[in-house]
Amino acid sequence: MNTTMPNWSDWIAAAACAAALTAIAAAEDAAAAKEQFIPLLVYRTGPYAPNGTPWADGKQDYLKLINARDGGVNGVKLTYEECETEYKTDRGVECYERLKGKGPTGAALFDPQSTGITFALTERAPVDKIPLITVGYGRSESQDGDVFMWNFPLLGTYWTAADVLMQHIAKKEGGFDKLKGKKIALVFHDSPFGKEPIPMLEEGARLHGFELIKIPVTPPGVEQKSVWLQVRQQRPDYVLLWGWGVMNSTALKEAQATAFPRDHMLGVWWSGAEPDVKDVGEGAKGYSALTIQYGAGVSNVQKDILKYVYDKGQGTGPREEVGTVLYNRGLLIQMLSVEAVRRAQEHFGKGKPMTGEQVRWGLENLALDQKRLDALGFGEMLKPVHTSCSDHVGASYARIQTWDGSHWVPGDLYEANQQIITPMAHSAADAYATSKKITPRTPQDCRG
Amino acid sequence: MLYRENGQFKTTYSADQQLMPIAQDRWLMIALVASSFLAVPLLASDYALRALIIPFLILTIAAIGLNILVGYCGQISLGSAGFMGVGAYVAFNLTLRVPQLDFLVVLLLSGGSAALIGIGFGIPSLRIKGLYLAVATLAAQFFLDWVFARIRWFTADSSSGSVSTNPIEMLGWTVERPVDKYLLVLGVVCLLTLAAKNLTRSYIGRAWMATRDMDVAAEVIGVRPLTAKLSAFAVSSFYAGVAGALWGFVYLGSWEPAAFGVSMSLNVLFMIIIGGLGSMVGSFFGAAFLVVLPLLLNQIPGMVGIDLSTAMKSHMESMIFGGLIVLFLAIEPHGLARLWAIGKEKLRIWPFPH
Repeated sequence: MNTTMPNWSDWIAAAACAAALTAIAAAEDAAAAKEQFIPLLVYRTGPYAPNGTPWADGKQDYLKLINARDGGVNGVKLTYEECETEYKTDRGVECYERLKGKGPTGAALFDPQSTGITFALTERAPVDKIPLITVGYGRSESQDGDVFMWNFPLLGTYWTAADVLMQHIAKKEGGFDKLKGKKIALVFHDSPFGKEPIPMLEEGARLHGFELIKIPVTPPGVEQKSVWLQVRQQRPDYVLLWGWGVMNSTALKEAQATAFPRDHMLGVWWSGAEPDVKDVGEGAKGYSALTIQYGAGVSNVQKDILKYVYDKGQGTGPREEVGTVLYNRGLLIQMLSVEAVRRAQEHFGKGKPMTGEQVRWGLENLALDQKRLDALGFGEMLKPVHTSCSDHVGASYARIQTWDGSHWVPGDLYEANQQIITPMAHSAADAYATSKKITPRTPQDCRG
Repeated sequence: MLYRENGQFKTTYSADQQLMPIAQDRWLMIALVASSFLAVPLLASDYALRALIIPFLILTIAAIGLNILVGYCGQISLGSAGFMGVGAYVAFNLTLRVPQLDFLVVLLLSGGSAALIGIGFGIPSLRIKGLYLAVATLAAQFFLDWVFARIRWFTADSSSGSVSTNPIEMLGWTVERPVDKYLLVLGVVCLLTLAAKNLTRSYIGRAWMATRDMDVAAEVIGVRPLTAKLSAFAVSSFYAGVAGALWGFVYLGSWEPAAFGVSMSLNVLFMIIIGGLGSMVGSFFGAAFLVVLPLLLNQIPGMVGIDLSTAMKSHMESMIFGGLIVLFLAIEPHGLARLWAIGKEKLRIWPFPH
């Protein structure tokens, strides 16, 4: 081994590094003023890529559609740049820092595509004044906009999902009173994403008297033998699958191997897309999962995308991906972002690029009624969304869909029980506000 | 020509034994430290500070810590991220439960607790060596992972297992802007590097190196293996604990147990192997290599105007990065620090090599 003492002057190396760092830090010049920059945090590599890719493609295609069909939002062109996070929190934070200052007014808003990254960015967004939109994921208590001013878990949180799943089980069993003494196992991705529903399910277990068994799966979840051994030993009546990426298809294969009935397996809306079941095929038949209102299918907006984007050879992904579950969700998320920009323009000046702070106002005052949704081509996909100062969710519906071996078949639509969720979110948000020394906004603060 | 020490005579022992005996080195060092403190805060953008320089500096502390254990004392450890986690969670719990404590005290206590845990997990090193010890420290990593993911007291009963921090208050200074954070981290790095460098030049450092080179011979000449090995574990874990607390509070601000997983341990180990075992500057090189290079590789295509898809950029980053690791280790198995030393040797006789 090298025993010579390195010279102290070797420190110079560190200087070289610091110098190089400053050089690459030079910010790019802001382009033309009539542009709205929308950053795209995505993951197209790694164990979550099969699910991350259609989502990212949907997000990008919708921006292309708005530019090609409408010429932007009231003449303001939408620009974008992707940054690969690999679903890793530290890379996500780096991407956020890289993109937050781009465009003439900075980033409009961020859709981090990961609950872990959302947690990290929740601390930074208020400082940089950039809103976070986390459709169907993120911090559940952040639906309380009085405390979490910059977080928008639109269309539902994990507590919504957990509540709807319990409603669905109760319906299958014939009423909430039939849940007493039942065993429900939660097989979850061992990360903030997987742990989020636990308080809601524990509350449900207390109210309805079922037993909750929590079985963590080490990310990314390609190894689940011991998990399913536990399922076999405990014999739960239902398994709730809270997975993402390769974890989902692995769980379904293991369920098949251990002969756990697939029609007693229910997944969250991140465990119910084509990549999760396609490889399992017939083996996943009967498995149900949630979807945020709309699953797979080609509605009006997708037809426009095929016409204005794909027919011109501008599509981000392969053509057959259009209309898949996660692609559609990407569209939905981006539509909400673009509508927030549009709403902000109505208030702060049409035809101008909006700052993050102004887009935040737009997100808080979203008013998408059926007529507007029809005009946007989302009429079949979404129920009306109305947000307010204290309600950052806007609409809490989820649909059950069932895999028939080759397709996702849409089933019942449920509305989450806000009577349980709102007080829980409120008390969790209050605890957060106390620890962060935030004074929750009052209705008076909201006017204006 | 420029880098030649002809005519620099040493007339006292202390002059001969100083940290930097060559005058050019001293001047460069002073210029470097001064520019880091004065020029970088003025010139660097927020992005450079928050996403590149701060993580680079923090992981340098962890790398120096691990280098003391592996490079100077010869004990392999795969548990450094676990000890970083100890530092981060101790700091989190201290700021939460004893809010009046100053962050400087918190930092010292988190390093101290990591040192205690490190001594505990260092005890097997008295009986086992080499790969067997690596496995024992890996067990420490998994145990600590488990503790932070499952014992809810450490995460203050957070339902998601994720914790978040409040702005740092230190000696009346609120560390909130990126520049403040940078200066705090830079100060800690300078102090800890100076301390580590002097430790390795002292009696205790010589005992570590004697143990590394041949433990039986070291024992014969009067080095106590117990104190040498356990002190290396303690100092190394102290550095890891401080680095972990800074990683959580200054860089991430909010983290989940996975932030201190085994992949982080391996990363720190790669840093010192690529940078150079038993070298301070190697720790800096290694940390820069692992933190900054991937991000640079990811952004270079965009900067020079090559339009690649996001996935392709990411694949290129992994491929080129992997290739460079192999290349550097093939050129010089002793790491970047050795390449640096060779470069300086050449510079001394330039332009007239014999």
